[in-house]
Amino acid sequence: MRHLISPLDLSVEELDDLLELAKDIEKNPKKYAHACDGMKLATCFYEPSTRTRLSFESAMLSLGGSVLGFAGADSSSAAKGESVADTMAVISCYADICAIRHPKEGAALVATTKAKIPVINAGDGGHQHPTQTLTDLLTISSLKGRLDNLTIGLCGDLKFGRTVHSLINALIRYSNVKFVLISPEELKIPDYIREEVLDKNNIEYVELERLEEALPDLDLLYMTRVQKERFFNEEDYVRMKDFYILTSEKMKLAREDMLVLHPLPRVNEIAVEVDDDPRAVYFKQAQYGVYVRMALILTLLKWRDEVC
Amino acid sequence: MLNISGIHEGYVLDHIKAGMSMEIYKYLKLGEMDWPVAIIKNAKSNKMGKKDIIKIECPVEKVDLDILGFLDDKITVNIIKDDAIVEKKRLHLPEKVTNVIQCKNPRCITSIEQGLNQVFILTDPEKKVYRCKYCEEQRKLRF
Repeated sequence: MRHLISPLDLSVEELDDLLELAKDIEKNPKKYAHACDGMKLATCFYEPSTRTRLSFESAMLSLGGSVLGFAGADSSSAAKGESVADTMAVISCYADICAIRHPKEGAALVATTKAKIPVINAGDGGHQHPTQTLTDLLTISSLKGRLDNLTIGLCGDLKFGRTVHSLINALIRYSNVKFVLISPEELKIPDYIREEVLDKNNIEYVELERLEEALPDLDLLYMTRVQKERFFNEEDYVRMKDFYILTSEKMKLAREDMLVLHPLPRVNEIAVEVDDDPRAVYFKQAQYGVYVRMALILTLLKWRDEVC
Repeated sequence: MLNISGIHEGYVLDHIKAGMSMEIYKYLKLGEMDWPVAIIKNAKSNKMGKKDIIKIECPVEKVDLDILGFLDDKITVNIIKDDAIVEKKRLHLPEKVTNVIQCKNPRCITSIEQGLNQVFILTDPEKKVYRCKYCEEQRKLRF
């Protein structure tokens, strides 16, 4: 049985197959409308989430399956002190597949220790968020037509932004991908990503503080929110939150075919006026998130059945 | 000249960085064992200037050398049997260490999950970097 804890749990070939399946689902949704009839997805969300949880639920419902779960630690047995591993052993009796989100890093990996069903990491603290990465890859692949030969600007909170870390890990497996890392000094990419991922794999990258300087060279701009919940200190958050704001004026510096992605939710890092720019694809990206989660559920259930 | 009687069977851990013997003693959990243990601090060393030595009288194979390799792979491990050195063991960096050190990341699942082993994986042998299996936080403890 396979789980998805990190984007690297899938080989490049498996990832390509998954993206092709997602594209087919987008084109032929009716073909898959009963693919999961009689099956149940458990959504175990120990911290608040709107889009990730709902996109999982939407994905399973679109496949004909049903959904059960909880949407906060307070409404689960975690409030009584139950461990993640024990909760997952129990959930395995109720559902066919599970998506877990937890504020603690590594929680999804722990969930796999007693799970008897495929586990999908729907975000573990500031660590990994592989289904967001799959969403990003499907968006890029669908709208750019490729995952190689790209110059990608990653902007904002590169320190705690798990989506950024996961995306870098996934994209370095494709040829000629360059990164422009745009962040204030305090929110720079962690050393282990710089040294053990970028440097170790000889990936070309530059680190900048000014967004305007980076814009003209980018094929993609991946904006991120400065996440209040990742700061222990309110003062630090307030200082950082308005550091980058993408406006229509700044978009004039970008290429005509540059795409703007954002994992959402947006706070103020992209001005609302940018939404009308055809290069702003973050709402489309949310739709791709459903297709790719449908493809992932189908794939993990297929692998489970093959083993059985 | 300090004289410590020889041991019949056990280990002599030599070339411990001066001052670090008590740390080694702690991590090897020698205080929990019922074996005779001698700790020599600041002994003269041609190679190191000063060094610490630990002698442990115990059945061989009872000390976790993997932990020792993780703590300091420069330590010389002499294995003693029948009052003589039968082997000088070279230490190596273990691929994985379990329940030797704790993850310091307050955001790591190990900070709240009951009964979870503290596991660190060697991710960069060249730089001797270990990371928590769960959150990938780096932990440096080496002397």
